[in-house]
Amino acid sequence: MLRTWLCACRPAIVALAGLTLLTGLVYPLAVTALAQLLFPHQAGGSLIVVQEHVRGSQLLGQAFTDPGHFWSRPSATAPFPYNAAASGGSNLAPSNPALAAAVAARVQALRDADPGNPRPIPVDLVTASASGLDPHISPAAADYQVERVARARGLAPQQLQALVAAHTEPRVLGVLGEARVNVLALNLALDGLQP
Amino acid sequence: MTANGIAQISLYLVTLVLVAVPLAAWLERVGDGRAGPLERAFGPLERAFYRLLGTAADAEQDWRGYAAAVLVFSAFSVLAVFALQELQGALPLNPQGFGAVAADSALNTAVSFVTNTNWQGYGGESTLSYLTQMLGLAVQNFLSAAVGLAVMLALFRGFSRRETATLGNFWVDLTRATLYVLLPLAFVLALALAAQGVVQTFAPYVTATLLEPTVDSASGQPLTGQVIALGPVASQLAIKHLGTNGGGFFNANASHPYENPTALTDFLLVLAQTALPAACALLFGRVTGDRRQGWAILAAMLIVLAVALFAAYAAESAGNPRIAALGVDQQAGDASPGGNLEGKEVRFGIARSALFAVTTTATSCGAVNGMHDSFTPLGGLVPLALMQFSETILGGVGAGMYGMLVFVIVAVFVAGLMVGRTPEYLGKKIEPFEMKMAAIVVLLMPAVVLLPTAVAAVTPAALASLSNPGAHGFAQVLYAFTSMGNNNGSAFAGLNANTPFYNLLGAAVMLLGRFGTIVPVLAIAGSLAAKKTVPAGPGTLPTHTPLFVGFLIGTVVIVGALTFFPVLALGPLVEQLQLAAH
Repeated sequence: MLRTWLCACRPAIVALAGLTLLTGLVYPLAVTALAQLLFPHQAGGSLIVVQEHVRGSQLLGQAFTDPGHFWSRPSATAPFPYNAAASGGSNLAPSNPALAAAVAARVQALRDADPGNPRPIPVDLVTASASGLDPHISPAAADYQVERVARARGLAPQQLQALVAAHTEPRVLGVLGEARVNVLALNLALDGLQP
Repeated sequence: MTANGIAQISLYLVTLVLVAVPLAAWLERVGDGRAGPLERAFGPLERAFYRLLGTAADAEQDWRGYAAAVLVFSAFSVLAVFALQELQGALPLNPQGFGAVAADSALNTAVSFVTNTNWQGYGGESTLSYLTQMLGLAVQNFLSAAVGLAVMLALFRGFSRRETATLGNFWVDLTRATLYVLLPLAFVLALALAAQGVVQTFAPYVTATLLEPTVDSASGQPLTGQVIALGPVASQLAIKHLGTNGGGFFNANASHPYENPTALTDFLLVLAQTALPAACALLFGRVTGDRRQGWAILAAMLIVLAVALFAAYAAESAGNPRIAALGVDQQAGDASPGGNLEGKEVRFGIARSALFAVTTTATSCGAVNGMHDSFTPLGGLVPLALMQFSETILGGVGAGMYGMLVFVIVAVFVAGLMVGRTPEYLGKKIEPFEMKMAAIVVLLMPAVVLLPTAVAAVTPAALASLSNPGAHGFAQVLYAFTSMGNNNGSAFAGLNANTPFYNLLGAAVMLLGRFGTIVPVLAIAGSLAAKKTVPAGPGTLPTHTPLFVGFLIGTVVIVGALTFFPVLALGPLVEQLQLAAH
């Protein structure tokens, strides 16, 4: 019996070493080489570069609190929102009083920033995402904020509605996922508008 | 629930079957040594590798030899992953300069990845070097899945062979599963994912200049930059899903936009994490010479899966009554995902989040695209229940199918008792030895889940890790040990599991859950292979009929429900009642 076990030692070590080389080194290096060759932008993080400065990633959200910007979803990352080096969600249970309190505070902040807006708030605007880095809000959440941003910037709401529509992506292939608006892209376009 | 959500779920189910059929055919060809062009390309390398191992493609092992090989190989694997974490500070490919991982956490992680659990107490982007992720974790993503396939093939041979002592050669099964199944699939998937935006780079983290400065709540200082974690993610992500591993490169796992940037990548990942387990069921029919047997088992799995999918989707669509009370719109429509959106991403919405949660726990993947901790109580009950069905509803790569066959043995035994005949399955008589081994498998899992849960519930150090009050806090502990005991790896992630208590007890639970099943399964395989095959007679229970499919589902569900209903009542069921009563 002991012999069976000892006999397995040599193949175990050699197999582990050989397969580690193949799956841990050759495979990721080959994928990296091909991905960098074929899709350098995506494989490098889909970074947004403006005048040689990295302003963010098309795939990662940022926090906004200026009334003249569209706001992203709340983010639960620590120690600051949209920390792209420590992703994560709040992990608050629906029954946790802390969740209801946090949502109530977010509702209040949105109401205070836009007192004349009586509409119910779309749920994505007051709930933290899973990654804490969600780059998107729903078209309804963007629409909810149009009046506030227009007022803060002295723009016509119609102009902003057109901008939001231009930044709204439909479901993939018309079926998969949800329609959404990339907040960073929208705000970059907004900052580029001439008043 | 919306028409679109139902369409997305239905589309997935149909695609899964369409993918599983050719994949099963490919698995059969790999098993027969007919892997076509790949065989011609890699055949010489493969044979040289066997010489290096000191084995030959036709050197067969009995069940004890096969089990010894599995165990010794896994032991060395644990050592290697542990050592990498301890030494990463002195090794290359560590642009962030991470030091050695705490020993208890490193042990937990090593065991976790070798047992195909991929439970993670640490946050990847803040703990592990690129080298550790690649040479340690990504390698075990391949090898733990290949071990699962190997053990499954050995059990299949137990049914298909007669009057022999041997079950095949573990080293050959391991190598061929890696070389001809997992590597090519992962390679293609990794490139597809990279094209969609999954990062694949060795560059150090990038700092972006924020549009609006934010405030660091730890230091109180304003912050103008966003440090963006990168890494060789696509290559690891592909095998993480194909091999039902589930350990994320980033802390947020597949909800992180760099791990799962679009609804299309989400569709591919969900398909990838279920394709091989479904194909394994069909492979069983092919290997045993009666394809209907494979279809019957797959049907049983898919029926339970479909019920779970719609149950979770309905629960999450209903939203959170406490948030509705605050004047928040949770109605789903074309302009808003609606529903219970805390801990979910807008691009996935409710339907894809439910789809992901159900498939990741039906299989032993354990990756997440939303935080299960923030699911509604009933929405979180579905993943818990799927794991508590012993990961037999698709289950892990290989592991799901050998687990399901144990339940098939229990089912034919119960059926045999009902009519007073010696039970048999595919011509093999099921006798006391097989039943004893099956009983060990069926009973061990609840033991390694419930006993540690009970210990944690009375241990102050364990309770200090809870992040939610009341019934949900208890559910966090139950989920943790259910996940580890069934080698799933998903979590109610608010639980601070990176403590010596959870790291050490969890490591023991994962080892028992994995190898406490593998050894009895190989013993069953050895015993079956030695038996004669008896021809089917008029008294033989047909095992390809809808009646048997229903009987098998009943066996799995009743065993799981009888064992876990009381503890589920204390957790999610109480929480749901409290939430509804609010």
